[in-house]
Amino acid sequence: MTGGNALEGNVAGDTSQPRSSWPLYEVFLRSKRGLNHVHVGSLHAADATMALHHARDLYTRRNEGVSIWVVRASDITASSPDEKDPFFAPSGDKVYRHPTFYEIPDTVPHI
Amino acid sequence: MGFDTAYEAISEEHDTGHRWAFGTGFTDPLAGVDTAVPAGVDGIDLAAYCLMLGDDALIMSHRLQQWLARAPELEEEAALANIALDLLGQARLLLSRAGKADGTDRTEDDFAFDRGEREFRNVRITEITDADFASVIARLLVFSTWRLALLARLRASADPVLAAVAGQGVKEITYHRDYAAQWLIRLGDGTEYSHARAVASLAAVTPYVTELFTPTETEARLAAAGVAVNPAELRGEFDEVLAQVLSEAALEWPESPGLAGVSGHTGRDGIHTEAMGYLLAELQSVARALPEATW
Repeated sequence: MTGGNALEGNVAGDTSQPRSSWPLYEVFLRSKRGLNHVHVGSLHAADATMALHHARDLYTRRNEGVSIWVVRASDITASSPDEKDPFFAPSGDKVYRHPTFYEIPDTVPHI
Repeated sequence: MGFDTAYEAISEEHDTGHRWAFGTGFTDPLAGVDTAVPAGVDGIDLAAYCLMLGDDALIMSHRLQQWLARAPELEEEAALANIALDLLGQARLLLSRAGKADGTDRTEDDFAFDRGEREFRNVRITEITDADFASVIARLLVFSTWRLALLARLRASADPVLAAVAGQGVKEITYHRDYAAQWLIRLGDGTEYSHARAVASLAAVTPYVTELFTPTETEARLAAAGVAVNPAELRGEFDEVLAQVLSEAALEWPESPGLAGVSGHTGRDGIHTEAMGYLLAELQSVARALPEATW
């Protein structure tokens, strides 16, 4: 994903450029108070304000959200699939990190 | 969906959170509202008024729906579709109300699909065609600014159904107006080309503005009874909002004498522009080809 002002150079009549060169935004929704924001998808927008509007129109049509975050996809630093083993494999055999020796009361959800 | 504590929100029994993508907590705007026609209110007048506001929403919604698969961006298409659906929802409630208020028991479908052009009471700005994206934005901004001012006052209507519909509508139209205003600012304050398109779109829409603020006799009567809003009162707020948006958009409001009606008759009297016949032909084609069909 390249950054910069994607609209530059996309002037009237210039058909050599693909018309949709708006940057990509990732959308995070919180479905209700107390829960955390969850990644729901991505969309294109010219800037953050428009991204928020688009997110509202695309991802909260069925009452899914009470709060929206949008983040430029290019601003996210992600782990790479190549680093999967050194990143995640070491935790695979450490069962003692799980609190499996406690009784969880029925009345406590979301654990 | 109000909760006193975060814990209450997440422990809500009927929603495990697994179905969150389908949404919860849908509300019926007419829940608990007394739907009887209030004493002292003329049912025929009330029905006529419901048709005016309902037809505005129905016809505007249909014109917006015609943007589907034609919008410049997928995201804008979803936005326009949402706005069209909001307006369709308002139209359904208002047309249904009309059938109850006039005692004929006609349904929303009867009104939408079985009336001829002269029986539609929408203002003409809702029916005209859009030349380009700037046109739909300018039209939507003018329409939403006017309708928001109207519905905001209608929340105090003596008719509880109109008040409830207005209460729901204000939240919807506030977003529509914001959407259109933001886009007009982008276009007006954008490139030379987008600015020129925005100027042309305003020029195309201004002839239909005077009509929005001209009360019919029905509206004047109902306004005196506290049921309706006299549209003449809305001009001040409308001009103020438009001035604010246009100054940010680096645009000017073009002066226009207003498109004359036929012998003084306009949309509210059932006199429409040429575009209206084509719109209705499309809107009603399935219902006319297959009367009584269900699916």
